[in-house]
Amino acid sequence: MNEVSLWTGFWPFTPERFAIWVGAILTLCIYSFLYRDNPFYKFAEHLLVGVSAGYWALIYWNANIVGQLLVPVLRGGVLLPLVPGVLGLLMFTRFFPRFAWISRYAIAFYVGGYAGLAIPSYMQARVLAQVHAAMAPTVSITAALLLIGLICSLLYFFFSREHKGVLGGASRIGIWFLMVGFGASFGYTVMARVSLLIGRMQFLFRDWLGLIR
Amino acid sequence: MSVHSSISIIVMLIASLAAGIDIGGSAAGAPLQPGEEPLGESAFLEAFIATRPPGPATSVVAHDVPGDGGRQIAISWTRSRDDGAGDDDVVGYDILRSTQPGRGYLLIDEVPPGVESYVDTTATDGTTYYYIVRAKDDMQTVDSEPSGPAASRANWFRTRRLNMFIILVLFFSFVLTYIAQARRGKELFVRRIPGLTAVEEAIGRATEMGKPVLYVPGIGEIDNIMTVASLSILTHVAKITARYESPLLVPTARAVVMSAAEEVVKEAYLSVGKPDAYNPDNIRYLSDAQFAFAAAVNGIMLRERPAANLYMGAFWAESLLLAETGFEAGAIQVAGTAMVSQLPFFITACDYTLIGEELYAASAYLSREPKLLGSLKGSDLGKAFVMVAIIVGVIMETAVAFGVAPLTAIADIFRNFFYVAGQ
Repeated sequence: MNEVSLWTGFWPFTPERFAIWVGAILTLCIYSFLYRDNPFYKFAEHLLVGVSAGYWALIYWNANIVGQLLVPVLRGGVLLPLVPGVLGLLMFTRFFPRFAWISRYAIAFYVGGYAGLAIPSYMQARVLAQVHAAMAPTVSITAALLLIGLICSLLYFFFSREHKGVLGGASRIGIWFLMVGFGASFGYTVMARVSLLIGRMQFLFRDWLGLIR
Repeated sequence: MSVHSSISIIVMLIASLAAGIDIGGSAAGAPLQPGEEPLGESAFLEAFIATRPPGPATSVVAHDVPGDGGRQIAISWTRSRDDGAGDDDVVGYDILRSTQPGRGYLLIDEVPPGVESYVDTTATDGTTYYYIVRAKDDMQTVDSEPSGPAASRANWFRTRRLNMFIILVLFFSFVLTYIAQARRGKELFVRRIPGLTAVEEAIGRATEMGKPVLYVPGIGEIDNIMTVASLSILTHVAKITARYESPLLVPTARAVVMSAAEEVVKEAYLSVGKPDAYNPDNIRYLSDAQFAFAAAVNGIMLRERPAANLYMGAFWAESLLLAETGFEAGAIQVAGTAMVSQLPFFITACDYTLIGEELYAASAYLSREPKLLGSLKGSDLGKAFVMVAIIVGVIMETAVAFGVAPLTAIADIFRNFFYVAGQ
């Protein structure tokens, strides 16, 4: 890094250039946490929390209140969105301790409705589809290992019996299979995180400092 | 042959003559030059076939798809005589739709040659449609006769998902039976989960050190089953912290989760007779944004220095940021999640981790609530059913692979019982 590249990276002063500088300085503020907690990190942290609160408030307002309630009701004449609209209003009763219990109806409706929608989907995608795929002929060592790993892992999550004897042995094999799987997943995810770091470094060294092309 | 096709053939003949194709002669009727071969009959036929329109699709039938959720009309037809036979030059079919017979047909999709059915998934329930199947070769197209009227409607029962219905009924009957048993007072055994002992140890350590306990219920919404399980564990944790009079910090990333967490912690403090120890300011909404939430929780860890960090619920990429900061801060950490991609990070950075379903089992184990215990026992029986089904299925499929032919049909039926149609 040298002064010339910094200066040329700052001039001419355009909105895009200004945004890059703000982004770069905030990135460095957040990275300063790697050393220790400090005022720069605190500043970036509070700014991030505040900006994101405002950002998400607007997103929710536009996507949910305007997009799914006001527009369909006022412009489309559809009355059904009024039902969730009223349930949403019930959440505001939390501000009045005497009537706060009313908000539980909205939460109950939300959780119950979602459970009804989600259970068949979960059962299909995470149970039946897996069972269907698992029923393959075991004609190779790989297939046999897959079957043993599957059954032993399922046995590890069997809570109705103490894990002793045969069940204990099988569940121990199951946890080994799980740990091998987690190890592979760990490596895979770390690679993804490293690519995120590379992206940020590219932002700093290419977009901000112009040191790489 | 239709009038349209006849006219097309005449036009093609004229066109071929205009292009200079001459039977037994040369192009443009010029006299043959020495060594020049006259065009043969096969060359004429090839040119004729290339310019002849394909035979139309016939017997086009449209009807509502039975046992579906509506918006679907099935169309079937008999393919063109030039598709796989005859001139064999059909390159596909266009599917056209209109709400009026005889006019206004618009293209909705196309299918490759050899296909004799199509499902229109864009119909509006209650609207009558008419369909035409247009056979096409490289140069020309021919429309079928229009289908009869068809309208889609939603059915009360999806017959193609009958197996799903049977399995869900079976599963819920397991759960309800066990809940009934638990309510009658029958002792239902649930094995000890080591990570839960660690939770109590961690809270005890925080109390001894005079430092707060941090409980992060994940960043999932209240509709996420992991968040629900987490709130159930929070009840148990809040009771212990209330008894020990240790501050309990609960940062949340969702407003509704914060409301639910307030309820849970308040009731827990009430239930152990410590309502005055409840501090609503300790249940905090931080941010819906994932990394803003992570940054803020990291700040809490470093500034308020909790001695015990409990992460229970749905976590994504912020899991390692939180667990690593907690590790650096020297807190004892216990995590629990069913997010497979995040479990490795918790396992490496935390002292104890509840893996997958252990999170759900923990809430039942701690609360001894009949509904949760019944659900846990019911899901155990469900798992036993699944294991037996897989083993039986694998044995049959393996036998078929080794040539036990009589089992083929049974193996197929058994395996397909676990296949659920998407629509």
